[in-house]
Amino acid sequence: MAGWTGKLLRVNLTTGKCASEPIPDAWLREYVGGRGLAARYLFEELDPTVDPLSPENKLIFATGPLTGTSVPSSARYMVVTKGALTNAITTSNSGGAWGPELRFAGYDLVLIEGRAPKPSYLFVYDDHAEVRDATRYWGCGVFETEDGLRRETGLPNLRIAGIGPAGENLVRFACIMNDKHRAAGRSGVGAVMGSKNLKAIAVRGTQGIPIADPESFLRAVWQLRRQMNENPSCHAFGELGTAATIDMTQAWGGLPTRNFQQGQFEHYANLNGNSIRDTRMYRNKACFGCTIACGRVTYLGDAWNKFLVNTHPRNWRVAGEGPEYENAWALGADTGVGDLDAVLKANWLCNDLGMDPISMGSTLAAAMELYEKGVLADDQVELPLRFGSGDALVRMVEATAYREGFGHELAEGAKRMGEKFGHPEVFMGVKGQEFPAYDPRGFQGMGVAYATCNRGACHLRAWTPGAETSGVFPPHTTEGKAPWVINEQNRSTAHDNTGICLFVAFAGGPIESLVPCTAAATGVPFTIEDFVKIGERTWNLERLWNLNAGLSRADDNLPKRLLEEPHTSGPSKGVVVRLEPMLNDYYASRGWSSDEGRPSPEKLAELGLANL
Amino acid sequence: MGFFVRWTQIMSTMFEVIPEKCTSCMQCELACSWVQTGTFRPSRSLIRVHVFDEEASYAPYACTQCDEAWCMTACPVNAITIDARTGAKIVVERLCIGCHLCTIACPFGTIFTTPETGTAAKCNLCGGAPACVVTCPTAALVSIEQPSRGGWFEPWSDLVQRRFADAHSN
Ligand code: SF4
Repeated sequence: MAGWTGKLLRVNLTTGKCASEPIPDAWLREYVGGRGLAARYLFEELDPTVDPLSPENKLIFATGPLTGTSVPSSARYMVVTKGALTNAITTSNSGGAWGPELRFAGYDLVLIEGRAPKPSYLFVYDDHAEVRDATRYWGCGVFETEDGLRRETGLPNLRIAGIGPAGENLVRFACIMNDKHRAAGRSGVGAVMGSKNLKAIAVRGTQGIPIADPESFLRAVWQLRRQMNENPSCHAFGELGTAATIDMTQAWGGLPTRNFQQGQFEHYANLNGNSIRDTRMYRNKACFGCTIACGRVTYLGDAWNKFLVNTHPRNWRVAGEGPEYENAWALGADTGVGDLDAVLKANWLCNDLGMDPISMGSTLAAAMELYEKGVLADDQVELPLRFGSGDALVRMVEATAYREGFGHELAEGAKRMGEKFGHPEVFMGVKGQEFPAYDPRGFQGMGVAYATCNRGACHLRAWTPGAETSGVFPPHTTEGKAPWVINEQNRSTAHDNTGICLFVAFAGGPIESLVPCTAAATGVPFTIEDFVKIGERTWNLERLWNLNAGLSRADDNLPKRLLEEPHTSGPSKGVVVRLEPMLNDYYASRGWSSDEGRPSPEKLAELGLANL
Repeated sequence: MGFFVRWTQIMSTMFEVIPEKCTSCMQCELACSWVQTGTFRPSRSLIRVHVFDEEASYAPYACTQCDEAWCMTACPVNAITIDARTGAKIVVERLCIGCHLCTIACPFGTIFTTPETGTAAKCNLCGGAPACVVTCPTAALVSIEQPSRGGWFEPWSDLVQRRFADAHSN
């Protein structure tokens, strides 16, 4: 078999049994890989109504047929499970070098089931896989665990994906970190891993990935490399990183500020790409195979002793990575903190402790709103949770991971926290998952994209601001947005399935360029039509699973603030999200019933899902 | 055949490493392993990128084709010789007996053994157009041509050239 390794590693933590099994050929062709393939396994094997933190939940790590090849940015793997934050199917994507290493070890997928009787880690060296004791790493941060495992095994090239204290403490938005600073961040996949007593998966692979048609493959790769090289965004990502987006969202009034109470942040210039590059950035870092290299290696220099933290004895006198746009927003604008050093430290802490900075920042912002409105009294919180307080930000990040004091409430996420204190309206998100950094009042398309995303509020499935600011359609209208979002969702899903980073699509490599690469790698003559269909099939399969889990149209909704409270200043002044018409249009265009959003039998038949 | 030029007149291909430009993307390892094995297999790459993350330092490193090639002098069966086109020190696999002496002699750790065959493997500059240089997206690796500084080797250069020609004659 070429392209795919065609093997799945099934690990039962309860019994400690690891076994390799073949992946059905038909599934590989129907879903290509990654997210779709994993969703197919989940659909087959997992009861959608289980408690996400119970041993019955299954956790899948999935790569695509291009992961680990020379296609640019081939670093990606997807974590698929029932999310601890959302109770829906979740698909969290990460880069680094772990995914490729898994493929070099000879596996496309790892499927984890059960619960280990004591803290454990999974060790994979090519064909050899075993569950080992990890008691000594329990409680350690992500970085310490990685270094420790490398020392213990004596393998300097060991790649590790694992959780920090946040995952162990079942923080609802804990993530799975790999290669120290890369995260499968959203929906609480780290809490699921923690609930299984699985500290890490350490992989070393020495085998090769064969390619079915080498000549066409190299031609397709070099064609893509040339396209990307000629694309200005590709270089802009390297130059300014993702944080450059702050300037754009600020200008259009779509940079959510202080828990979405405003659409512009006065200190945005401290947090944007230029500021990071000019003050704290040391150099670029790429994920495996990436020619864009948007990663920022940052260094606090002599500001290391600002915002001291207890949990990290060295207090970051060494280099770290980030922040990305989302983190700079969530830990910055959303909490009103305009001090880049505080954001940097909070970001690194999130990485080391293994937490999603988006949900962390958003949840803290919701708590800050409650505090400023007098709902939370001083004796309930450890220090004043005022918008703009860097001290509160850094301390609460630490407290949340260890569930100390008020951190215990934050660790439940904004939705559960808001409900507990009687103010569910402070939760800004969908399906229990906090929004990323685009205010749908500034970009209407994001409204329907957020509402309909299968894994809860997410900016990566259909990113409308690019089209809305470049004249495809105006940002404040609703016409035509639903079909555009659907098309984009299908395409980005197929893109994810290949194992290539979505940024390639923004940097001159649309999915059309990945089709010939995938076809040449696997020897299956895929076409672009096949790919869009594969994306649609995956999307509908995820939807079906969510419906079986008990979600319905009521869960495809936005918080009242976005639907009823217009901004009072800035370019999106006076605008609210008009979700209803877009949502109706969306359901109709998808071929879903208008009441609960169930795919029609014809649609399912068309996608080959009729018997599911 | 151009093999019998005087050693001192040979232009040798070198590649210069500019570590500050490296992003640790590993495209060079992918390209090298592709040339070596026809698959994507970094474990078999002859160029290695060493990542020191806390120091934010990335060091791509391969054989420097050093003038005083310790591997070549250590080899008891003369299986390592010089490619007259590029000046690269190359392993003639047919002659290699897999004794590992060269890997011990190399002070830089840039000569390896291939587990399947037991023979030595080292960078041969891909015959003049190194694949890693071609693929490096940041130009952290660049190919340069310069007159070889054959120095101490000169008295034996004819012998070395002849050995190379022999090795490639059948
Ligand atoms: S290809 Fe270039 S940038 Fe990438 S790791 Fe190798 S030397 Fe560094």
